[in-house]
Amino acid sequence: METVPADGLIAASWLLIALPLAGAAVLLLGGRRTDRWGHLLGTGTVVAAFLVGLLCTLQLDGRRVDVDLFTFVSTGSLDVQAGLLFDPLSAVFVLLITGVGALIHVYSIGYMAHDPRRRRFFAYLNLFVAAMLLLVLGDNFVALYVGWEGVGLASYLLIAFWHERPSAATAAKKAFIMNRVGDVGLALAIFLMFAQLGTVSYDGVFGAVGTLAAGTVTAIGLLLLLGACGKSGQFPLQAWLPDAMEGPTPVSALIHAATMVTAGVYLIARSAPIYDETPTARAAVLAVGAITLLIGAIAGCAQDDIKKVLAYSTVSQIGYMFLAVGLGPVGYVAGLAHLLTHGFFKAGLFLGAGSVMHAMDDAVDMRRFGGLASKMKVTFVTFGLGYLALIGFPFLSGFYTKDAIIEAAFDRGDGWGYLLGGVAILAAGLTAFYMTRLMLMTFSGRPRWEPGVHPHESPTVMTAPMVLLAVGSVLAGFLLVVAFPLESWLTPVFGEPEEAEHVVAPLVVSVLVTVVMALGVLTAWLFVGRREVPVTAPVRVSPVTRAARRALYADAVNESVFMRPGQWLTRALVFVDNRGVDGAVNGLAATLGGSSSRLGRTQTGFVRSYALSMLGGAVVVAGALLAVTAG
Amino acid sequence: MSLTHYLVLAAILFTIGAVGVLVRRNAIVVFMCVELMLNSVNLTLVTFARASGTVDGQVMAFFVMVVAAAEVVVGLAIIMSLFRTRRSASVDDANLLKY
Repeated sequence: METVPADGLIAASWLLIALPLAGAAVLLLGGRRTDRWGHLLGTGTVVAAFLVGLLCTLQLDGRRVDVDLFTFVSTGSLDVQAGLLFDPLSAVFVLLITGVGALIHVYSIGYMAHDPRRRRFFAYLNLFVAAMLLLVLGDNFVALYVGWEGVGLASYLLIAFWHERPSAATAAKKAFIMNRVGDVGLALAIFLMFAQLGTVSYDGVFGAVGTLAAGTVTAIGLLLLLGACGKSGQFPLQAWLPDAMEGPTPVSALIHAATMVTAGVYLIARSAPIYDETPTARAAVLAVGAITLLIGAIAGCAQDDIKKVLAYSTVSQIGYMFLAVGLGPVGYVAGLAHLLTHGFFKAGLFLGAGSVMHAMDDAVDMRRFGGLASKMKVTFVTFGLGYLALIGFPFLSGFYTKDAIIEAAFDRGDGWGYLLGGVAILAAGLTAFYMTRLMLMTFSGRPRWEPGVHPHESPTVMTAPMVLLAVGSVLAGFLLVVAFPLESWLTPVFGEPEEAEHVVAPLVVSVLVTVVMALGVLTAWLFVGRREVPVTAPVRVSPVTRAARRALYADAVNESVFMRPGQWLTRALVFVDNRGVDGAVNGLAATLGGSSSRLGRTQTGFVRSYALSMLGGAVVVAGALLAVTAG
Repeated sequence: MSLTHYLVLAAILFTIGAVGVLVRRNAIVVFMCVELMLNSVNLTLVTFARASGTVDGQVMAFFVMVVAAAEVVVGLAIIMSLFRTRRSASVDDANLLKY
C-alpha cells in the first residue's frame, strides 16, 4: 500500500501531539497561577485532540497518509525525517488514546479534587497523552522511540505522584528500571536496522527487510519483542506492572491498563513485515503471550488488593493480545480488537475501583470491602458491566474479541495450536474466577468495613465517564467485530484477510469458552460468595495459593538473579574504587607530603649546618668532575 | 719555588678558611674566614696565570677582589643590624628562618 502525501485536515494532524504538549507546557511552566483552571485546560486539550483525531479519521478513507514535518536528524548517512504516518492502524490508536484519555481526564477532575498538586497531575497526564500519540503516529522507529521514552517518563512521574509514600517511590523506580531493560532491546533493534539497512523509517525498513539475512531479521524481531515485553509488562518483565498500581487510580486506568501497556502490541503489529520474515521471533511472541496470560491469571486469583487483581488481569489480557499478534496475519486484527475492547472495559473497571477507593477512604484491601452494591449503585452497575465484558459474558465485548483470539489459536491446526487454545481457555476460566471473586468480595456479602468508613457514591464528574466506558464495554465488541468490522478497516495495513479454515468450529469454541467461564464463576461463588470472607488473609493455605499470592515468585526471582548480584557487583566496585583507586591516589599524595615535610626538617636555621652541606655538595661535585676527567 | 708550593699554600689557606666558617660562631670571624677562602682562590688564580704566562687569571683575581669588597659592605651591614637587634654576633642566634 502506497503512502500518499497529507491533504486537508490530516496535514494538521501534528495538532494531535501539539495540543496536549502545549497543555503540559503551560501547566508545568505556569506554576501556581494556573492552579484554578489547570485541570480544565488539561482536559480541554485532550478533548480537542480527540475531536481532531475523529475528524482526521473520518477523512482517512483507508489511505496511508504521510505527514512530513521537518528534518529531525541529518548527519552523515543517517537521515531521520520527523513525519507522521496516519493510517488506519494509527487512527484506531489515536481514537483509543484520546477518547479514553479524555474520559479519564474528566474523571480525574473529581478524583483529584482534594489533591493540592492536581495541576501537576494534569500536566503529567497531558505529557503522557502527547508522548503516546507521538509513539503511535511517528512514521519511523526513532519517532516511536522518542514517544516510547516519553510515555515511560510520564509513567514514572505519575506512579511516583505521591512520592512521599516510600512504596510509591520504589514502585516508580522499579517500573523505570524494568522498562529500561526493554528499552535497551528496542534501541538495539533500531541500531541494527540502521547498521544493516541505513534507514529507520517504517517504509524503508519494511521495504528492505526481505533482503536481510535470516539471522539478522530474527535478532531484530527478538530485540523488538524485548522492548515490547518491557513496556507491556510481559514475561519475563511483568513484575513492575502490578507495583505500578501505587500511582493514582486514573493513571492506572489510562497508562497501566488502556494505552501505554498496549504499546508493545502496537509495536509488534506495526512491525508485522519484520515478523513475517522470521518465524522464530514470531514463535517467541507466541510463547511470551501464552506464558504471561497464564501467569497473570494465576496471580490474579490470590490477590487481596483490588487494584492488584485488575493489574494482573491487565498483564493476562495483554498476554492474550501478544498471543494473537504472535499467531501472524490471522491474529493481528483479533489482537487489536481485543486491545480496543480491553481499553474500554479495563479503564472502566479501574475507574470503578477508584470510585470504590474514593468511598472507602483510599482502602484497597477487598477483605475490608463487602456489601457496597447498595451504597454505590452507579459504580456497581458500571463495574458489573465491565466485569461481564472482561470475563467474556455472551454478546459483551470480551466475548467477541477473546473468542476470536482463541479461535485463531486453534486455527493453527497443529498440536501447538491446541496447546495455545487450551491455555487461553484455561486462563479465561481463571479470569472468570478472579473477577467474580473480586465482585463478590467488593460488592456483595456482609460489610466488613474499617470503623469510621461511610461509603457514598462518587460525584457525577466521576460517574459520567464510568457510565460512558461501561456503554463502550458492552457495545465495543459488537461494533468492532460485527457491525463495523475492524478487519475491513485495517485491510490497508495488514492486507486482505484470508478466509480462515476453522479447525474447531467457532460455535464450539464459543460454547466451550462460555462453559469454562461459567465454571470459573461457579467456583468463585463456591469459594467466596457462599462463605463469610475472613477479614485477614488465611495463613494456612496450599502451596499453590502461596505461590499465586507472591505472583509465582517473580519478584523473588528478579531479586535473587538480578538485584542481589547487581548489589554485590556495585558494592565490590565501590570497594575497589575506595580502596584501590582512591587508595593509590591518596597514598601517593600522602607519601609525597610526608617525605617533603621530613625533608623540610633539614632546614634548621643554623647557618653553619648550611655551610657544611654546601661544602659537602662542593666536594661531591669536585669529586664527580675529577672522576669524569680522570676516567 | 715551584708551582706546588703556591698551590699547597692556597689549599692550606682555603682549608683554614673553610674550617673556620664551619666551627666558629662569631659572625665577624666567619666573615674573615670567608675572605681567607676568597684570597686563597685569588692566590691559585694568580699562580696559574703566572705559570701559563697569560693575564686571564690575574684579571679574574681583580674581579674577585671587587666582588669581595662589595660583599664586605653588605655583609658587615647585615652583621651590624643583627648585633643591634639581638645583642649578639653569634650566627647560631640568627636561626629564625627555618622549616
